[in-house]
Amino acid sequence: MTTMTMAKALNEGLRRALESDRHVLMLGEDIGKLGGVFRVTDGLQKDFGEDRVIDAPLAESAIVGTSVGLAMRGYRTVVEIQFDGFVYPAFDQIVSQAAKLHKRSAGAYTMGLVIRLPFQGGIGAVEHHSESPEAYFVHTAGLRVVACSTPNDAYWMIQQAVAHDDPVIFCEPKCRYWDRGEVDLDHPPAGLFDAVVRRPGRDVTVVAYGSMVKVALQAAEAAAEEGRDLEVIDLRGLSPMDLDTVAASVERTGRLLVIQEAPPIASVGSEVVAAIQERCFYSLRAPATRVSAFYVPYPASKIEDEFRPSVDRVLWTLDQLMEHDS
Amino acid sequence: MGGEELIQLLTPEGERCQHDDYESTLTRDEILGFYRDMVIVRRLCNEATSLQRQGQLALWAPLQGQEAAQIGAGRALAPQDFAFPSYREHGVAWTRGVPPADMARIFRATVTGGWDPRRYRYSLPTVVLGDQTLHAVGYAMGIQRDGADEAVMVFFGDGASSQGDVMESFVWAASFQAPVVFVLQNNQWAISEPTSLQTRIPLYHRADGFGFPGVRVDGNDVLAMYEVTRRALDRARAGEGPTLIEAFTYRMGAHTTSDDPTRYRVEADVEVWRHRDPVERVKALLARSHRVRTARFAEIAEEADALALALREDVLAMDAPPATEMFDDVYAEPHPWVEEGRRTLSAFLTEVAP
Repeated sequence: MTTMTMAKALNEGLRRALESDRHVLMLGEDIGKLGGVFRVTDGLQKDFGEDRVIDAPLAESAIVGTSVGLAMRGYRTVVEIQFDGFVYPAFDQIVSQAAKLHKRSAGAYTMGLVIRLPFQGGIGAVEHHSESPEAYFVHTAGLRVVACSTPNDAYWMIQQAVAHDDPVIFCEPKCRYWDRGEVDLDHPPAGLFDAVVRRPGRDVTVVAYGSMVKVALQAAEAAAEEGRDLEVIDLRGLSPMDLDTVAASVERTGRLLVIQEAPPIASVGSEVVAAIQERCFYSLRAPATRVSAFYVPYPASKIEDEFRPSVDRVLWTLDQLMEHDS
Repeated sequence: MGGEELIQLLTPEGERCQHDDYESTLTRDEILGFYRDMVIVRRLCNEATSLQRQGQLALWAPLQGQEAAQIGAGRALAPQDFAFPSYREHGVAWTRGVPPADMARIFRATVTGGWDPRRYRYSLPTVVLGDQTLHAVGYAMGIQRDGADEAVMVFFGDGASSQGDVMESFVWAASFQAPVVFVLQNNQWAISEPTSLQTRIPLYHRADGFGFPGVRVDGNDVLAMYEVTRRALDRARAGEGPTLIEAFTYRMGAHTTSDDPTRYRVEADVEVWRHRDPVERVKALLARSHRVRTARFAEIAEEADALALALREDVLAMDAPPATEMFDDVYAEPHPWVEEGRRTLSAFLTEVAP
C-alpha cells in the first residue's frame, strides 16, 4: 500500500501500461514536456520517448482518427482529450468509426483504444471545461465507458482499459485529481466494469460514479447521524453497467437514489432507474429517484455548486424519498 | 482540360506524349494487363448497376470514367502496402484481389463491410466522407514506429476535400512526415455540386499550404496514374513524407443508382469527357503501337463477361444473414447489453415469428 493522488495514480498506471507492451502509445495535446494540463502524463515522454508519448497537433478528430488507424495496425493508443468539452470535434471518429469498425470488419480490426476524458466540474473553470458527456458514449453500441473515483481504481482501471480489446471511454473526475488515497500496487480491486460497494447500508441504495461517489459517501455520513443507513455503490462501469450488484442491493433496501453530475434527461441515471424498475419492481418501496444536475448548459462556474448535486441537495432529496413508504 | 501542369503520358487519342519529370516504364504486357483490369472493372460495374435496377442490390456507386485513376493507383501499390478506400473504389479493390462478390455485399445490404481488410491489405468502404484519411495517417504512423518498408494510400474525392478530417489528415501527415499518399479523385461532381463549389484553386495546390508536394494527373491516363502514384509511394517508403495526387477525371455515370445527374449537368459536358475515355485510349495504344490483335481484345471482353456472370450468380445466391447476426462482433469481448438483445430477439423469433 502506498498513498498518492489520483493524478499520480493514473500516471503510475500509464507507466505500467507503457512498460508492459511496446504497442502502447499515448497521444494528446501538451502531454509531452508539459505532462498534460493536469500533469497526468508527467515524465512519461522523457522516459518512453517522443515516438510513444506523442504531442499531438491541436485537432481532436485527428487525435482519435489516427488512433483508430494505429489500432488497425495493432497499436493501443491512450488518447488524452484535454477537457470534456473538447471531445465533440472527435465525436464522428468515436461514434462512426472506433465504435463500428470491429463490427464492420467482422472482427478483423481490434479497436484497442482508450480515450481519457477529464470530465465533470467543480473546479471553477470557464465554459467547456466541466461537462459530463458520458451518456452520449454509453448510448453508442461498440463503445465501453468507465469512470474512476479513487486513486486505487484509477491506477488499476487505466491498466485494465489499455489491455481491453474494445474502445474504452475513460472518464476521470477532474475535481478529484488531487485527492489522495491508498493504492495497492499488487492486487486489482475488481474487474474493469464491476460496481463496488463503497459503504454497506440497510435503508437506501445510493448509486454514484466519478466525482459524485465522494458526495454520496459524505451524504451517507450525514444521514447516519439522523439514523439513516445508506449503502453507497460506485458504479465504475457505465457501459456495461454492473446492474446485478445494484439490483442485489435494492432488493435488500427497497429504495434507490442515483446521484450524477450530468443533466437528468436520457442519462446514466435514467438507465439505472429504468433497469432497476424492470428488475426490482416488487422490491421497491419508493420511486427510484435521481439527483442530477439540471437540463441547462453547464452554467458560469460561480453558480456551479448549485448546478452540481451537493451533499445538502442529496439529503433534501433523501428526505422526500423517505416520505414514501409503501 | 486540367491546366498546364496536368501530367499526361497518353493522350485521349492513344498517342504517347512526353513529360519532363515522368516517363512510362511499362512493358506491353503490363499495359495490356492494365487494359484487362479496366475492361473487367467496367464490366463488373455495369453488371452491378443492372443488378440494382433489377432489385437485386439496394444501391450501387458506379465507377465509370474513373477506371484509369483506380487501376493505375491500385497497381502501383506494392504487396506490403495498405490502402484505404472511400466507397467507389471497386477498381482499387480489384487490384488488391478482393473478390467482386465481396465488393457487392455491402450494396446487397447483407453486411456493413464485406471482406477481411488484413487479408487484402485493403480497408473497408468508408461512407462518412474523409474519415478514412485520418485512419490512413494513423496507420502510416504505425509503419514508422515498426520501421517497416511500407506505405499507405488513401482515396477520397473532390467533395470530401472540403471535410475537416481531410484537412486535419494533411496537417498530421505533414507534421509527422507520415508515409502516406493521398489520391484525390476529382471527378468534377459531388453528387450535384460541382468542384467549383468546393474550391477556388486547383485542389492539388492545397498541398503547398500544408508543406508537401501536390500534383495533378490526367486521371483518365492509366500510364500517368501508375507512374505518379508509384513514385509517390517510393517517396513515402523512403521516409520523404506525404504526397497529394489529384486525379483529374470525370464521373461518367450517376453518383449512385439513386441519383439523377440529368437534373444538374448537361449532356454536352458528358460528351466531351466521353472522348477522353480511359479505356479506349489504352486500347488504341495497344492496337496501334503494340500490335495487340483484335482476337486478344475479344478474349478479354469474354473474360469480363464471364466474371460479370459469376458476380450475378454470387449476388443472387447471397442471402440475408440470420437476424441474430446483428449481435455478432459488436464487441471483441462479450457485452451484457448486446447479449440481452440477442436473448430477447431469439425468444421472440422462437415464440412468435418462427
